[in-house]
Amino acid sequence: MSTAGLVSRRDCSHQLHVLAVDDSVVDRKFVERLLKISSCKVTAVESGIRALQFLGLDGEKKETAGFDGLKVNLIMTDYSMPGMNGFELLKKIKESSTLKEIPVVIMSSENILTRVDRCLEEGAEEFIVKPVKLSDVKRLKNILTKGDKGQNEEDPLLSLPLSSHDLASSSTSSSSPFKFLDHRSKRPRLQG
Amino acid sequence: MEGVAQLRRQLVDYLTSLFQEGFLDNQFTQLQQLQDESNPDFVVEVVNLFFEDSERLLNELTKALDQPSVDFKKVDSHVHQLKGSSSSIGAQRVQNVCIAFRNYCEEHNIEGCLNCLQQVKQEYSLVKNKLETLFKLEQQLLAAGGSVP
Repeated sequence: MSTAGLVSRRDCSHQLHVLAVDDSVVDRKFVERLLKISSCKVTAVESGIRALQFLGLDGEKKETAGFDGLKVNLIMTDYSMPGMNGFELLKKIKESSTLKEIPVVIMSSENILTRVDRCLEEGAEEFIVKPVKLSDVKRLKNILTKGDKGQNEEDPLLSLPLSSHDLASSSTSSSSPFKFLDHRSKRPRLQG
Repeated sequence: MEGVAQLRRQLVDYLTSLFQEGFLDNQFTQLQQLQDESNPDFVVEVVNLFFEDSERLLNELTKALDQPSVDFKKVDSHVHQLKGSSSSIGAQRVQNVCIAFRNYCEEHNIEGCLNCLQQVKQEYSLVKNKLETLFKLEQQLLAAGGSVP
């Protein structure tokens, strides 16, 4: 199906690749399914350390810039994990010059306002209260595929003109697709 | 040998009762909606993971509460995990006991914790039984040539 190299890279460039981080085996399976059913490529790992290793930030390997096959478009991480928690993982990612542009979403079963604020301030794009819904994934996907301008230049179909909305909101130099969201709207919606 | 229609009816009634009695909540329906022809065993797979995980956690909880000096932080951590996974599959009653359990952990109330441990074991055992019965009914329906609603 996929041979390493240029052919698979082209195929993969359409699909969003999400790195899901959660110590719960049940939640990993659940989120993985939500993402796959939403046509995303998924890599699910059980800890922050594993996530950093996957992202090439384990301190030993050098960033291999040409290896787009493993490119991650979104990181969804649980907050409460043993060892490195989701907040600490978020910090590490935002401190990395190579990884800081990757949007990070925090998932938590606890809707604690100080926790939410802390995560958003540290650069999390959203804070989702568990259990994650299919509509959450769809929403994230829509935001990413609309705002994802710089990452698909190889594919002529995806470099069609942006909507005027995107143009208006993309005045910042950051390539993060979430920047046009009002900070307050990233707060978790009330369940119901 | 029951007909397909009867088996189907039995399955639907049983599932409905599980919701009515609070064993399962809407999250279980979410799981069912994620199942399709490409992933026909998704629900069974997730639920089996839940069973394995829960049994591990219940063992850990039993050990932790049996210590001469109870580490409530550790106990709470296990309960938090159990609460999370039961919430993810819609095992409402288990989840509810976990909420009370966590409160007792916070209070360092050993009696309360031990009671909750017993309760959560009971609720887990009940929902496990119910889900296994549900899956059996599904199998019967499929074997008779019917399709799962």
